[in-house]
Amino acid sequence: MQALAISHFSIVNCLGGGSRAVADALRDRRSGLAPCDFDTVALDTHIGRVHGLEALPVRPDLGAYDCRNNRLAQLGLELDGFAGAVAQARDRYSAARIGVFMGTSTSGMLEAELAFRSRDPGTGALPPRFRYAGTQNSFSLADFVQRYLGLQGPACVVSTACSSSAKVFGNAARMIAAGICDAAVVGGVDTLCLTTLYGFHSLELTARGPCRPFDAERDGISIGEGAGFALLERVGARTDASAPQLLGIGESCDAHHMSTPHPDGLGARLAMQRALESAGLAAASIDYVNLHGTGTRTNDAAEDRAVSSLFDAATPCNSTKGATGHLLGAAGITEIIISILAIERGFMPGSAHTRRVDSAMQCNYLIETRTASVRRVLSNSFGFGGSNCSVVLGAGG
Amino acid sequence: MLAFVEGVGLVGPGLRGWQASRAILAGKQAYCSAPTTVAASELLPAAERRRAGMPVKLALAAGQEAFAIAGRDTAATPTVFASSSGDCDNVHHILEALAATERQVSPTRFHNSVHNAAAGYWSIATQCRAPSTSLCGHDLSFAAGLLEAMSQVAFTGAPVGLIAYDHPYPEPLHATRPIHGELCVALLLAPQATARAVAALQVTFMPQEMDASSAADPGLEALRTGVPAARCLPLLAALARGTRETVILECVAATHLHVAVTPCA
Repeated sequence: MQALAISHFSIVNCLGGGSRAVADALRDRRSGLAPCDFDTVALDTHIGRVHGLEALPVRPDLGAYDCRNNRLAQLGLELDGFAGAVAQARDRYSAARIGVFMGTSTSGMLEAELAFRSRDPGTGALPPRFRYAGTQNSFSLADFVQRYLGLQGPACVVSTACSSSAKVFGNAARMIAAGICDAAVVGGVDTLCLTTLYGFHSLELTARGPCRPFDAERDGISIGEGAGFALLERVGARTDASAPQLLGIGESCDAHHMSTPHPDGLGARLAMQRALESAGLAAASIDYVNLHGTGTRTNDAAEDRAVSSLFDAATPCNSTKGATGHLLGAAGITEIIISILAIERGFMPGSAHTRRVDSAMQCNYLIETRTASVRRVLSNSFGFGGSNCSVVLGAGG
Repeated sequence: MLAFVEGVGLVGPGLRGWQASRAILAGKQAYCSAPTTVAASELLPAAERRRAGMPVKLALAAGQEAFAIAGRDTAATPTVFASSSGDCDNVHHILEALAATERQVSPTRFHNSVHNAAAGYWSIATQCRAPSTSLCGHDLSFAAGLLEAMSQVAFTGAPVGLIAYDHPYPEPLHATRPIHGELCVALLLAPQATARAVAALQVTFMPQEMDASSAADPGLEALRTGVPAARCLPLLAALARGTRETVILECVAATHLHVAVTPCA
């Protein structure tokens, strides 16, 4: 594919708000995970929570969209000068020429969960304050972001579980290539809710303590919340030559099981192969692989097989989910931005909470942070339904 | 963007397959609404067939019909799924469980709660490892899916299957988000005019207010406005009539798709 400039981006999760806070935490191998204190949840697990959202309602003119997920979206849009950069792009290209492609898994599901606790005892009706379209519906996120930024190009939500906000880079690349857009705002937001906390617990996939990707004693995921956004434009006169680039993207299905990956990582391998083909690169030209690395027994084992079958055994790789938790629909954009931070700031982040790498793993898993020149990164995101996406990022000019 | 329709699949109230519905959609036969009937696909392994909700049944029924008409390989063709609300029965059961004291969520219900559940079951049923995406655009999900499918055909130069479905929530969500029936449409879109091509679609994104096309029959028009996926009906009517015409589909944020339909000889 034709490389695209990633001219601006913003990020927020339990490590902090803004690129600098997140990069510093990753370099120091810090984690934002803590024992679960969310709502009335009584589960023995750790979460990656963004504090303070309760006191940050959305802009008054968008009150119909007020929910935890859109509050976190708004917080992210205002960080790293992102909304301002999009406003400038809008002046350059016009509102109708900028697309909005967002990934989320649960959108404002928390609002529906709260509404179901407040049903009318007589009729069973939901409380009148509950607004479906602006909160629970998956599209709510893209609708909110498009209105917040004053854009009028094509917009949709991609909701493919934990690959959602990696796949949106593909939507943007196709729309720009087809000439429907000149630029696109891509991103993803997912927030804590009971559906995912109790749901993953029912599958026995939540870790007791903080998650420990690729560790011999790993016992599951830690659910987190976060937001990330990126502005994509054609590489050219209107973009900074030093801006990092989207070089390639690969998507695939496992065609195996709804919640368990193919044991040999067949779908994962296909996604990585397609991403490299799309970028026109050999596996050897990748300096660092940011793994999906959720911390479950089966996910990490399957991903290790897939990565080892494709990359040289020396290629450094690891997962940053011990630091951020698993951000589900926001995992893709979060780890793509982490990959960009690695390129821009010259380091491979350490793997928080991983103590001893499982001896069955073949790949070169980094536990400690490494200072190094990083030119090209491949980032993996895999989800329920066997939905896989790999993205290749590169340094600018 | 240009693509050629090679196959259509349809299941909905009083619409039992594309072949059986063509005369109705073309206005040659009266439309009579009747409850949607659809069985679980034989393509699914037994365990998955038991776990499959209404969206999976709808998607497989309409999808298989479109692929069969087109004569395309389901195992090798990328797909675009579009839906407003995913599996509404399943979400309802999870929300009820979470509102109860014990909060016992079924693991199967949880993995079926993802918006891409229908796509996941489709890939298992067809053993397809090609890319697949699942989109949401609330009431306008079909147009979002069509735009994405067209851009994929343009980008990859390969055929794509578009599958859009919706079905109702039980109460109490139905009162807040009414969806009046079950409907699924599938279109097999190809980059070139093959012998199987029914019509060419030239789709243009129009970032402006326009009057969206409606259905002539009052029953079909009620269906079009009552079920998000049924926003496809004016396009299907044009395909059924086999005449050269223009269809306007509403997209999000007061934008539209201008779809020029040209029958293939």
